Amino acid sequence: MIKEKGTYRPKTRCSRFLNHRLPFPRLIHDSIIKYYVPKNLNYFYTFGCILILMLTSQILTGIVMAMHYVPDVGSAFESREHFMRSGRYGWLFGPWHAVGSSFFFIAVYIHLARSLYYGSHKSPREIVWILGVFIYLTMMATAFIGHVLAWSMISAAEVSIAAGLFRAMPLVGSWLYETLLGGYSIGQPTLNRFYVVHSLLPFVLVFLIVLHIWAVHMVGQNNPTGLDVQSERETIPFVPYAAIKYVFTISIFLIFFAWFLFYMPDYMSHADHHIQADIFRTPQHVVPEWYFLPFYTMLRAITFDVGPLESTLFGVMVLTGSLLILLFVPWLDRSQVRSARFRPLYRICYWLFIVDVIFLGWLGSQSVNDVDVIWSQIGTAFYFIFFLIIMPYLPRFEKNWLPASIEEVIHQKK
Amino acid sequence: MINIIVYFTGMGLSIFWGTGFTKAEVSIHYPLVRPQQQKWSFSGPFGVYDRAQLQRGLKVYTEICATCHSLKFVAFHNLRALNYDEQEIKSFSNQFAIKDGPNEEGNIFTRPANPTDHFPAPFANDIQAAFANNGAIPSDLSLIARARAVPRPFPNCLTDILKNYTTAGADYIHALLTGYETTLSLEQKISAGKWYNPFFISGESIAMAPPLYDGRIVYDDGSPQTRDQYARDIAAFLTWTADPHMETRKKYGLRVIIFLTLYTGLIFFVKRRIWADYDKGHRS
Ligand code: HEC
Ligand code: HEM
Repeated sequence: MIKEKGTYRPKTRCSRFLNHRLPFPRLIHDSIIKYYVPKNLNYFYTFGCILILMLTSQILTGIVMAMHYVPDVGSAFESREHFMRSGRYGWLFGPWHAVGSSFFFIAVYIHLARSLYYGSHKSPREIVWILGVFIYLTMMATAFIGHVLAWSMISAAEVSIAAGLFRAMPLVGSWLYETLLGGYSIGQPTLNRFYVVHSLLPFVLVFLIVLHIWAVHMVGQNNPTGLDVQSERETIPFVPYAAIKYVFTISIFLIFFAWFLFYMPDYMSHADHHIQADIFRTPQHVVPEWYFLPFYTMLRAITFDVGPLESTLFGVMVLTGSLLILLFVPWLDRSQVRSARFRPLYRICYWLFIVDVIFLGWLGSQSVNDVDVIWSQIGTAFYFIFFLIIMPYLPRFEKNWLPASIEEVIHQKK
Repeated sequence: MINIIVYFTGMGLSIFWGTGFTKAEVSIHYPLVRPQQQKWSFSGPFGVYDRAQLQRGLKVYTEICATCHSLKFVAFHNLRALNYDEQEIKSFSNQFAIKDGPNEEGNIFTRPANPTDHFPAPFANDIQAAFANNGAIPSDLSLIARARAVPRPFPNCLTDILKNYTTAGADYIHALLTGYETTLSLEQKISAGKWYNPFFISGESIAMAPPLYDGRIVYDDGSPQTRDQYARDIAAFLTWTADPHMETRKKYGLRVIIFLTLYTGLIFFVKRRIWADYDKGHRS
C-alpha cells in the first residue's frame, strides 16, 4: 500500500480507485490546493499563473489557426486572410492569437522583472530562474517563427535578416544558414520547416514550464521581502487565499487584453504585416515585433570592428551575449540580501536598468539614420554594465538593513 | 524615391554582408506631411460603418479605382454587408467578366461573374500592371487601409491607446487622394509619369495620376460630388474591405469588457471577504 502522506483523503469511489493506481487527484490536491505559499505575496506574483493561461490560449487558438493554414509560399498569406474573413469565428481567432502573443510577452516581462527585483533568481531558486530563461528563449523563437508564417512583407524581411545573422557565425555559419532556410535563400522549404517548428515549440514550452513549476514547488516561493519563510504562521494555503488574488489579477489583465483584441488589434503589429510577402520588394524599414526591439538595438549598436572580429559577427555576439548573460544572473548577483526592497542602492540601479531596456526598445523602433548610434551604444554598454559590474560588485558597497522575519515586516506595515 | 529605397534596402542587406551601419547625412521622412485626423463614422469603440457611405465608396471603386487596382479578397456576396439584396448583388456581379475554364472542349472562356466570385483584377499579372503604369504596380486595395499607417510621434502613439485611434489607414487614403496639389511647389522636379504628393508614404511623388476631381462621379443620394467627399467615401469603403468584421468584433468586445468588469468587481469583494475572514481568524 502507498503511504498516506499529506492531507489528501479521496472521497468518491472514483478518486479512491485512482488514488491507488494513478494518484492524479492527490497530485493536484498537494501541489495546488494544500500548497502553502508565503502570505505576503503581492500582485506581481500572479503573473506566473497569467503566463500559464496565455500559453494555453496560444495553444488553443494556434490549433484552430493551424487547421486553416496552408504552408505554401503562394497561398499562406491568402489562407490566413481567408480564414479571418470567412472562417467561423476567424475574425476572432486570428487577432486573438496575434494580440495574445504580445500579451504573453507583456506578462513574461513583468514576471521576469519581478524575479529580478525580489532576487528570486538567487539561491536556492537558480534552477527555477535558468528554466525561466530557457522558457523565455523558446518563447522568442516561437514568436519569431510564428510571425514568419503569416508570410507578409515584414516577415520575409525578418527571416532574411535573422538568417543573415546566423550566417555571420564563424565555421558553422553557412551550414546554419542553409539549414534554417532549407536552401540558399528563403522559399518553400523555409516556410515548411518553420510551420513544423512553430507547431512543435509550444509543447517544448509546456515541458519546460512543468519543470519550472516543479522546481518552484521544490524550493518554495520567494516573497517581496526576500526572506526565507521561518514558520508556518508566515504561510497561507494557496486555495483560497492566494488563488483569489490570482483570479483578480487575471481578470484585470484580461480587460486590457480584451481592449486591444477587440478594439485595436493592429496596434501592436506593423502595418507591413498586411502586405503579402514579395521576394522582389523589401520594406523600407524592417522593424521587428516590439518584444525584440531592445535586442535589435544592441545588434545595431555594433557598427565597428573589434580586432579581428567584424562588426556583424561582433554584433551577433553582443546579441547572443545579451540573452545568454541571463543564465548566469544567479551567480553574477553576489548580494547576500535577496529583495531590492532592502537594497536602496541596487534599487536605483535596477530602475535605471529598466529605463535602459525601454530606451533600447524605443531606439530599436527608430530608423537608423534618425538617432545617433552612440545612444544605442551607451544603452548597450549600460545593459552589460548592469549585469557584469553592478550585480557582482555593488554588494561590496552596500550596507543593508534586514528585518528579522516576514512576520515583522507585516506587523510593521499594520 | 528609388534612391531612398535602395539606400534602406542596402542598409538592411548590409547586415548580411557585414559592412555594418552608417549614419546618413540627412534624413528625409516620408510622408513629407502627416495625414490629418478625420472624423469617421467607424472611429471609436462604438463606431459603425455608414452603409450609404460604403455604397458610395463602392461606386467610386468600381467607376475609377477598378481600372487599375484589384480587390482580390472581396467576393461579390460580401457586399450583402452593404445592405444590398441578393438580386442587386447578382446583377452587379454580372457586369464583371471572369475568366473560367477549361470547358468541356478544353478551352478557357469568359463569363459574367457570379456572386461567389471575387472582384476580378484589372491586369493579367504584375508585369502587365507595371507596364501600363510607368513601372509602378497599383497595389491590391483589399487590405490597404490596414497596410498603411503613418507612424505617430510621441506622445500620440501612447494616447492613441486611450483614444482608440484606429483610423490611420482611412486618414492616409483620404489625405493621399486629396493631397495632390496642396503644397505643390514648381521647383520640385518630378520625373515623367510621377505626381508630387506630400502625403505619399514612400516618396515625394507617386506614380498614380490624381484619380479624383470634383464632379467626376454622379451620386444619386444627394451627397456632395466633390473630391473630398469621394475620398472620404472610398477611404471608408476600403476600411470595410480591410476589416469587414469590425462591427461584430466591437459588439463582442463590449460584452466581454462589461462582463470582465463586473466579474473583476465581484472577485474584488470575494477577495476582501476571504481575507477578512483570514485576518479575523489570525488575530484571535
Ligand atoms: C490610372 C491607374 C490608377 C487609378 C485609376 C487609381 N490608381 Fe491608385 N495607384 C496607381 C498606381 C500606379 C499606384 C502605385 C504608385 C506608386 O507606387 O508610386 C497606385 C497606388 C495607390 C495607393 C497606394 C499608395 C501607397 O501608399 O503605396 C492607394 C491607396 C491608391 N492607389 C488608391 C487608389 C484609389 C482609392 C483609387 C480610386 C479612387 C485609385 N488608386 C485609382 C494607379 C491608379
Ligand atoms: C511561459 C512562461 C512562464 C510560465 C508559465 C511561468 C510560470 C511560473 C509560475 C506559475 C511560477 C510560480 C508563481 C509566480 O511566482 O508567479 C513561476 C515562478 C518563477 N518564475 Fe516563471 N514562468 C514563465 C517564465 C519565466 C521566465 C522567462 C523567467 C525568468 C527568466 C521566470 C522566472 C521565474 C522565477 C525566478 C520564479 C520564482 C519566483 C519566486 O519564487 O519569487 N519564469 N513561474
